[in-house]
Amino acid sequence: MKKLHLILLIASAALLLVAPNFLKNYGIYLLSYWLVFIIATMGLNLTVGYAGQKSLGHAAFFGIGAYTVAILMKAGFSFWFGLPAAALICFAVGLILGFPALRVQTIYLAFATLGFNTAVWLVMRNEEWLTGGTFGINNIARPELLGLSLEGNLAYYYFVLAVTVILALLLWGLLRSPWGKAFTALRDNPIRAESLGIDIRRYTLLSFAIGAVYAGIAGALFASLVNFIEPAPFTVASSIMMYLMVVVGGPGYFLGPVLGAAVGVILPEWLRFAQAWYLFVFGAAVVLLMIWLPDGLLSIPERLRAKRQAREASAARAAAAQQAASQAKQLGAQA
Amino acid sequence: MSQSLDTLLPQHTHHHDRPQGAPVLKVSGLKKAYGAIQAVGGVSFEVRPGEIFGVIGPNGSGKTTLFNSMLGQITPDEGRIELNGEDVTQLGPLELNRRGVGRTFQTLQVFGKMSVRDNLIVAAQEHQGTMFSRMFAPTDSGLGEKADALIDQFRIRHVAHKKAGELSYGQQKLVDIAMAFMSEPDLVLLDEPCAGVNPSLVGGISTLLKDLNHNPRFGKRSSFVVIEHNMDFVMDLCHRIMVMVEGKVMAIGTPEEIRGNKQVLDAYLGN
Amino acid sequence: MTDFLQLFLSGLSTGAIYALAALGFTLLWQASGTINFAQGEFVMLPAFMMLAFLSAGLPLLVSFLLACLVAIAVLGWAFKRGVVDPLFKYGMMPIVVASIGLSIAMRNGVRAGYSAEAHSFPSLFADQIYNIAGVTVTLQDIGTFVLALALVLATQAFLAKTVTGRAMQAVAQNTESASVLGINVPRMIFYTFAINAVLAVAAALLVTPTYLAKFDMGESLGTKAFFAAIIGGFNNSRGALLGGLIVGVCENLAAAYISPAYKDAVALVIFMIVILFKPQGLLGRKEERKV
Repeated sequence: MKKLHLILLIASAALLLVAPNFLKNYGIYLLSYWLVFIIATMGLNLTVGYAGQKSLGHAAFFGIGAYTVAILMKAGFSFWFGLPAAALICFAVGLILGFPALRVQTIYLAFATLGFNTAVWLVMRNEEWLTGGTFGINNIARPELLGLSLEGNLAYYYFVLAVTVILALLLWGLLRSPWGKAFTALRDNPIRAESLGIDIRRYTLLSFAIGAVYAGIAGALFASLVNFIEPAPFTVASSIMMYLMVVVGGPGYFLGPVLGAAVGVILPEWLRFAQAWYLFVFGAAVVLLMIWLPDGLLSIPERLRAKRQAREASAARAAAAQQAASQAKQLGAQA
Repeated sequence: MSQSLDTLLPQHTHHHDRPQGAPVLKVSGLKKAYGAIQAVGGVSFEVRPGEIFGVIGPNGSGKTTLFNSMLGQITPDEGRIELNGEDVTQLGPLELNRRGVGRTFQTLQVFGKMSVRDNLIVAAQEHQGTMFSRMFAPTDSGLGEKADALIDQFRIRHVAHKKAGELSYGQQKLVDIAMAFMSEPDLVLLDEPCAGVNPSLVGGISTLLKDLNHNPRFGKRSSFVVIEHNMDFVMDLCHRIMVMVEGKVMAIGTPEEIRGNKQVLDAYLGN
Repeated sequence: MTDFLQLFLSGLSTGAIYALAALGFTLLWQASGTINFAQGEFVMLPAFMMLAFLSAGLPLLVSFLLACLVAIAVLGWAFKRGVVDPLFKYGMMPIVVASIGLSIAMRNGVRAGYSAEAHSFPSLFADQIYNIAGVTVTLQDIGTFVLALALVLATQAFLAKTVTGRAMQAVAQNTESASVLGINVPRMIFYTFAINAVLAVAAALLVTPTYLAKFDMGESLGTKAFFAAIIGGFNNSRGALLGGLIVGVCENLAAAYISPAYKDAVALVIFMIVILFKPQGLLGRKEERKV
C-alpha cells in the first residue's frame, strides 16, 4: 500500500476510534447511522460497482434484515440469533433475485429489482400479523455482548464500528482473491469472460447474494440502532438513494461507500444551516458532482493523473516539434 | 499459360513437420441458416494435433458463422462438432473453454480497466481449483510466473503494468492473443488476428504464432484454426488451408495445393 | 354499471395525463438512453411557471405558451446540454443519479424559493357536468382526455409521418447509422427533449386544476408515469399510451371498489405483475441478452 494511503488509513482509524468521545449523543448516533449505511452501500458497490449489475432494490434487503431481527427478537429470540438469520435469509433471497439477472438485459433488470423492492415493501406494509403493518415494530432492544450492555449510544457505536471493519476486511479479501478479477471481467466484458472459462451465471448470482447479505446485516444493526422500524425506510426511494451513494462515492472503488454514505447521511445534516434550502443545495450538489466527476468522488486521483499525463505528453510533443523546427532552420541556414 | 496463385502470392516457406494423428477437432456436415440465407451449408473438416489450419474465403462466405458455431455462441441447425472425440455440438463457450478451447475475437475484447498482467491472469484463473477454493487463493492464482513468461514472449513487458485500455491497438491485439493461450488450450481459434494491425506487426504475429505452435512454453502443442484475409500471412503460417465460398467448402489442402487450385483462383478473381 | 362507466371514464382522463408524462419519458430513453427520474418535477415546474405568469396578469393560454417556450429552453436545451451531453458516454449510472439530484433540487427549490403550500390552478374547461345515458361526466374529464389523447396521437403521428419525426426515430434506433445517413443526430435528440418538455407542460396544464400545484406534486405523478411507461413497453411509444390508460383506469376502479388506501398501490401491483411475466412491457419488443 502506498505511504499516503497508509497515513490516511491510520488517521481515519484514530479519528473513528477517538472522536465519538467528544461528541454529543446525537453526533454518536449519526456516526452509527453512517456506519450502518457504509455496510449496506459496500454490498451494493459489489453488485453494481464491481460486478456491473443493475440493482435498484437494495433497500428491500436492508428491510428484510431489519424486520428479521425485529420479528425474531419480539418472538423472544436473541439478537445474536437474529443477526445471522438475517444474513442467511438475505443470501437466499439475493440468490433468487439474481435469476432474473441472468435472463434480462440491463434496463429491464433495473425494473425487475424495482418490482422486487415494491413487492417486499407491500408485504411489510400490509401483513400486519407479521410486520405490524404501518405501525411497525417498536422497542427493539440493543443486545448484550459478553455481559457488556450495548444499550448506550457510545457502546453500540463501537460495536457497529467493529462489525463494519470486519465486513470491510472480508470484502477486501474477497476482492483481492481471484473472485475480484472475475467480477470485474463480468462487469467489463461478460462475453469475453465466458469464453475464458469464467462462469458468469454463478458470479452474477453471487454478486446479488453477497450484496444482499451486507444490506441484511446493515438492516439488522439498523433495527437495534433506531429501536423502532416501519416500512418507510425500505422503499424504492431509499434504494434509489443507496444507488446514489454508490455512484457518488465511486462505483468499483473500495472506499467509495465511505464517501457515498457520508454524502447521503452526513451531508444533509451539515447542510441544515441552509435551512429550507438545504435539500435544494444537496440536490444541486449531486447534479454538479455527477457532471464534474461521473466516476464518483474517488475518481479524483485518476483524473488528476490523466490530466498530468496529458499535459506531459503535449509538452513533450511541443518540445519535439520545437527541436525539429530549429533543426530545420539550421539545415535551411546551411543550405 | 495456366495462371496459378503463384503469380499473385509469394512463395510460402515449408513446414517440415506435417501433423498427424487422431483429429483434435472434427466438424461434420455443419449447417446454419439465418432465415432464407444458408450461412453455412454443410461444412466438414478435421484439424490434427499441433496443426495450424487456415480458413479463408471472400466476405460473406460463412467463416464467422462457422467460428461462432464451433465456439458455442450459436447452435448449428445440423451437423456435429467433436473435440478430441467428444461431441461438443451443443456446448456453450463456458464448457468449451473448460475443455481446452481458447479464442480471440475479431473486435478487440480485452478488459480495459485491468492491467495487462491481470488480463492474462484472469484468462486462466478459472482453471485453477474450484470456485470455493479460489475465494482463498492468492490474487494471482499462482499464475504470475506464467503471465510474466507470456508477456516476455510477446514482448509487451514495457506495458505490462498499464491498464489494457491505454495500449495501442496493436499492443492490445497482442494481449488479446496472449490471453487465449494462458490456459494452455488444446485448440485455439483465432478470428482475424491481423485485422486492423499495422503491416509491420503482422510478421511479428506470424513468428509468435509459429513459435507458440512449435515450441510450446507449457508442454503440449496446441492446434490453431485461423481465419484471416491476409494471404501472405495465411500461406506462410498454415499447414493446411480450407477455402470457403458461399457457406460451402471449396477446397482443403496444403498452401501449394490451394495456390494451384483453379477453382479457388476463379473464386477470388472471378465475378 | 353506470358507476363503473363513470369511474372508467374519469380514469381514462387521469390515465391520459399519465400517458403524456410516460410518452416523454419513453422518448427520452429511446433517443438518448436517459432515464429521467426528474420527469415528475418536469411537470411540476411548468405548473408553477404558469402560476407565475398568471399572477402577472397574463391569460391562461398565453401563460401556457410562454411556459412551453421556457420549458423547451430549460427542461429541453439546458437539461440536454448541461447534464445529458457531458455524461452520455459514461453509461447509465451518472445520468440516472444526476436526474435524481435534479429532482431533489427542483422539488426543494420550489418549496424553499416559492411556496410549500398547495395552490389552486385555473382549469381550461368550464365547470360543467354532462349526463350521457345515465353516466355523469365532467367537462374537465372529457376535455382532459380528448386533449391529452390528441397530443399523444399527434406526437406519434409526427414521429411516424414527418421527415423530421422519422429522422428522430432513426436516431433512436441506431445512432451510428443515422449519422452516416447525414441526419443531424444532436439536433434530433434535442427535438426529443423539446417534445418531452412540451408534453410535460401540457400535462401540467391538464392535471394541476384537479390536484393543485404543490412542490411535491411531481413525486407521485413521476412514479406513476415511470410505471406506466414500463407497463406499456419501454421501447415502444404506443406503450406509453396504453400503460397510462391502464394505470389511470385501474387506479380509479381500485379506489372505489377495493379501498382508497390502495389507489397508489395499484400502479405498483400492475407493474410487478408485468415485470414478472413480460419484463419488456405489454407492447414492448423482447430484447435478448446480446451474444
